[in-house]
Amino acid sequence: MQIMNIFSGRMLKRRISRFLMHGLILVFLTYLLFPLIWMISTSFKPTAEIYSGIPTLIPEVFTVEHYLSVIEEERILISILNSLYVGIITAIIVVLISLPAAYALTRYKTGVNKLVMGWVLTSQIFPAILIMIPLFIILRSLHLTDSLSGLVLVYVVWDIPFVLWMLQGYVKEIPIELEEAAAIDGATQGQIIYKIIMPLLLPAIGAAVLFAFISAWNEFFFALVLLKSPDLTTLPVELARYTGIEGQARTGPLAAASFIATIPSIVLFAILRKWFSSGALQGAVKG
Amino acid sequence: MSKSTTPTVRPRNRNLDQLQLLLPIMVPVLLISFIPLVRGIYIGFTDYELGGQMNFSGLDNYRIMMQDSFFWRSMGVGFLWTAVVTALQIGLGMILALLLNQGLRLTSLYSVLMLVPWAMPPIVRGLMWRQIYSPDTGALNLILTQMGLIDNPINWLASFEWALPAIIVAGVWGEIPKAALFFLAGLKTIPSSLYEAAELDGASAFRKFRHITLPMMKPIMAAVVSLSFMWNFNAFGLIWILTQGGPGGLTRLPMLAAYEEAFRYGYVGYAAAIGNVMVIIISIFLFFYLRVQLKERTG
Repeated sequence: MQIMNIFSGRMLKRRISRFLMHGLILVFLTYLLFPLIWMISTSFKPTAEIYSGIPTLIPEVFTVEHYLSVIEEERILISILNSLYVGIITAIIVVLISLPAAYALTRYKTGVNKLVMGWVLTSQIFPAILIMIPLFIILRSLHLTDSLSGLVLVYVVWDIPFVLWMLQGYVKEIPIELEEAAAIDGATQGQIIYKIIMPLLLPAIGAAVLFAFISAWNEFFFALVLLKSPDLTTLPVELARYTGIEGQARTGPLAAASFIATIPSIVLFAILRKWFSSGALQGAVKG
Repeated sequence: MSKSTTPTVRPRNRNLDQLQLLLPIMVPVLLISFIPLVRGIYIGFTDYELGGQMNFSGLDNYRIMMQDSFFWRSMGVGFLWTAVVTALQIGLGMILALLLNQGLRLTSLYSVLMLVPWAMPPIVRGLMWRQIYSPDTGALNLILTQMGLIDNPINWLASFEWALPAIIVAGVWGEIPKAALFFLAGLKTIPSSLYEAAELDGASAFRKFRHITLPMMKPIMAAVVSLSFMWNFNAFGLIWILTQGGPGGLTRLPMLAAYEEAFRYGYVGYAAAIGNVMVIIISIFLFFYLRVQLKERTG
């Protein structure tokens, strides 16, 4: 009897502490998710309801008028396309040039390694303001200001440290025997990197591509300073235009456009998590 | 080239091979990152103004800075902001990571949802919090009024009392996911045998945290604190959207001060000098912080 009592007492205690822990997590999630939920809710409310002075989490009248007005407005649509273009090109270039570099840093141990990794770390310390003005002057002399190619170039360089660091860790995990076997069969270094290493690293490369895309899709400061033509602005810059007096009266469309800006990141994050947990790498090496 | 002899051919070739592979990243990094940076540091020692001549002026900028209350105020705000945001994000991130590491049901759902703020573009983060804080349509005012806690809506972001707490709440919000994610990864690497042994000795949950979790997490804590300090001290986008540094410079972080000096007043040389001072402050912090961390680990 006594043993049973202790046992059920413990069970009860455990249950209560589990209940409390779920509760605490929900408090965290409310803080972390409420702004997004409020924004989504606002984007589906008619303007009158937004200004009604009554907080409603679920719109009383459901409308898509704000989304329609965003789509009708050519400028936002163009800026979305620009952001997609810049993000995709940046992601592809960054991975294609970082992969050989990551390979070189792992497989050859020379003095260059310390130099490159030292740069990767120190480059994080410097505030963007130090780089902005000289960068602008250099890009102007290359005729790359006010051009999407110039912006892609800047983003590629900005993403290199993290992508390099990430890929390097994964290249280390690949057994060198695979390459030696390929080299005996007469494969060139380029073939080894792009035909043997790259397929094995697909999960890591997927993650790197997503990282590079999202950081380009989200970036604001450089796009703000480097792009001038209205046809070339990216989505964050276009959204920031609405923060002035102009935006005060346009709470609904702004919420709708903000939500659209968030969708790619949310989708990609969901995929990213699956990729990480799939363990595709171990499978490939073993099989 | 001519001095090469047979035994050295192999290592030299290896260096060449490596350089060849590194070239595609080295050229753009030099051009877009390294050269502008070196030049930017140099500009901090000149009197360069937008559209003007660039003359070397030695330490003049820094002498002016000593007397400049605009600069000192922004540094004060910067330190306060960095300390509070970093401490809160580390503390709350750690609590959240511990909760997500208990093997509770729904944990995988929770940890996806937790990442949402991180997935938002920084501009959208700012816009979202503007909507929360908005005096006429903002959720915060509406809810507080409904609950009868306030009579009149507060203009949070324009208020001398509330602007700083308001941006801190928004800033911490965006940084919790990153910290929790790092900590969660760290917690997973602690061997469970350590906890099992402690349980046999009848250690309480707090003692296990104090004597197993914390020491094992030290390296990752050091990394997160260092990175957060840098990122928070250099913060710009979110505050720019929320307050632009106002009201009355109350939320003008160092980056915003430098931006205003350069792009509003045209004092590019002085702005770069502020940037240089920020780099020095961050380096000093990292030096002392990491030295203490490393000492404790080896000692």
